[in-house]
Amino acid sequence: MLEINNLACTRGDHLLFSGLSFSLSDGELMQVQGENGKGKTSLLRMLCGFLMPAEGEIRWRGENIRELDEEYYAEMIYLGHLNAIKDELNALENLRISAGLSGCEVDDKQALAALRHMGLRGRETLPVKVLSQGQRRRVALARLLASDARLWILDEPLTALDVGAVGLMQELIGAHLNKGGMVIFTTHQPLEVAGVETRRLTLA
Amino acid sequence: MAINWFKYSAPSTFYGLIGKLVPWFAWSSAILFTIGFYIGFFVAPTDAQQSEAYRIIFIHVPASIMSMFIYLVMAGYAALGLIFNTRLSSMMASALAPTGALFAFISLWTGALWGKPMWGTWWVWDARLTSELILLFLYLGFIALHASIDDPRRADRASALLAIIGSVNVPIIYFSVKWWNTLHQGATIKFTGTSMHAAMQQAMFIVLVACWFYAIAVALTRVRSIILERERNNQWVSELPEVRS
Amino acid sequence: MSSAPASPARLSLPGLLRLVVRRDLMLAMRRRADVLTTLIFFVMVVSLFPLGVGPEPEMLRKMAAGVVWVAALLASMLSLGRMFMADYVDGTLEQMLLAPQSLSVLVLGKILAHWMLSGLPLVLMAPVLGLQFDMSVQALWVLIVSLLLGTPVLSMIGAVGAALTLGLRGGGVLVSLLVLPLCIPVLIFGTGAVEAVTSSTSVAPHLLLQGALLVLAAVFTPWVTAHALRISME
Repeated sequence: MLEINNLACTRGDHLLFSGLSFSLSDGELMQVQGENGKGKTSLLRMLCGFLMPAEGEIRWRGENIRELDEEYYAEMIYLGHLNAIKDELNALENLRISAGLSGCEVDDKQALAALRHMGLRGRETLPVKVLSQGQRRRVALARLLASDARLWILDEPLTALDVGAVGLMQELIGAHLNKGGMVIFTTHQPLEVAGVETRRLTLA
Repeated sequence: MAINWFKYSAPSTFYGLIGKLVPWFAWSSAILFTIGFYIGFFVAPTDAQQSEAYRIIFIHVPASIMSMFIYLVMAGYAALGLIFNTRLSSMMASALAPTGALFAFISLWTGALWGKPMWGTWWVWDARLTSELILLFLYLGFIALHASIDDPRRADRASALLAIIGSVNVPIIYFSVKWWNTLHQGATIKFTGTSMHAAMQQAMFIVLVACWFYAIAVALTRVRSIILERERNNQWVSELPEVRS
Repeated sequence: MSSAPASPARLSLPGLLRLVVRRDLMLAMRRRADVLTTLIFFVMVVSLFPLGVGPEPEMLRKMAAGVVWVAALLASMLSLGRMFMADYVDGTLEQMLLAPQSLSVLVLGKILAHWMLSGLPLVLMAPVLGLQFDMSVQALWVLIVSLLLGTPVLSMIGAVGAALTLGLRGGGVLVSLLVLPLCIPVLIFGTGAVEAVTSSTSVAPHLLLQGALLVLAAVFTPWVTAHALRISME
């Protein structure tokens, strides 16, 4: 379970938010809302441990993520604005390497299956630089399939995706929640998962 | 807004406190400099071998000692700031750096001035002089890194790490330069007088203490302006008489 | 969902090291020009010295080790900017910071790859350049060994600098300013070893000290670099 206690975030001189508390339990979906510049991305980056909270703490299974460090990282996955894929490598190589970096050894068969599930059949061995923006995003999202992380932290997962891929993401998130996973995300597009109530957190 | 006032209270009280301390250090430093230089230049006897030229040691030696010592103090403050996340110690570290660099520069300059009458050249690749030069480079690296990072927190933490690496490296560098120097049988600056006269020791010591007070006064003044700059959005700053006018 | 792998196998630390090294080498092989420019820079700098100081063999022989070492130092500075930059820009570095095994090991992998791509080619090229300077065979061998021991240290210290200056304006020049003074011991012992051959004194102490520097750097710098990366990503 993820618990946030009295969290405050400053960027430079600027106080983005303070006194933020919430918790997220198994099978829950949370959307972080707010206008541009209200600290949505900063909040997610704080949950990743990139940013240090100006105040307050973030706990995973009752322990501060600063102390858990690598134990926490084994149970979470983060997809940011940047796709973290290499133009010079093909989709298959990209997926296997990024899965490897996040600690999972994925063989060719598993990686191919994940890419095909993301609708990239026939593009698996093309260099990523020839793929479209949406297809690159799909390569990045395929990491979700190749990971067994409990907590998904998704920053604008739907950018550049077409309607089909958005449907795919809804399905993916639904399946993850059904398995008892947790998802916290930001989006400017509507994202509803059938049978699951989306909790909304508004930063103002 | 739930800002933790406790955290901000530290710099604000510190600001007032050091405002009162700075004049004391500044005046003591000025008086001690006068006494030290008077003894050094007028009371201390002329050296048998180096005649009057040796008198530059009354600046050179204290400046060299200060430049090395300030680096260690700076690294210590930086480490405190990095480990315990105390903002004031990071501010102290960045306030000390320019003073340390100044002393390193003075030490090099006076070393060169001393070298000219002693060896007939402005620069000798003496082990200590070379190490001092590298120390100046380390100071400049610290200042440059701090200056090129906009976010003050990142600037503090990154330059703190650099200062710590530097302080670990200084002994290695000194040792290697010394070894290199003996291999090449280069010149070594030595005080050739048979024994140091008591007045010389006195003068050197008094100037050293004066340098100390000077460094403290300057660093504290600099910390004050750093505090003002970093806390400019806080209420206590806007209520200060010097800011309001 | 049938296509998702049930439970992926966990990667071991040596496995992670291998993965990172292989990845960086693979990327470099698909962008070969970068590696070549560093090497060409190194060759050029070394070749310029005789033009600057004159071709007397006696003087060149005396200067050779110093020239090769200083050129190696400059060449390795040149390639430091690349160590983390591409990963920083495309977001891979964020993912590396979230690696559940060990960021230090991951960084060590990146340092190793950097050395293979920027240090090792210089080591292999050095004998050819040494011949330009009329070095003796024995001196050449010592030069190679000293470069083999010293260039990894340059990559390691350089990694710390590269991590500290990540994403800064003018980071390329700044990193040299930070790293070069710290590299002086490597330079001194490296050239000292070759000079020991020409002055027929013992070579061993120089090389042993270089080895000690290598061990020291290998133990501490990956950890320090990992820390610096976390600071820079904030």
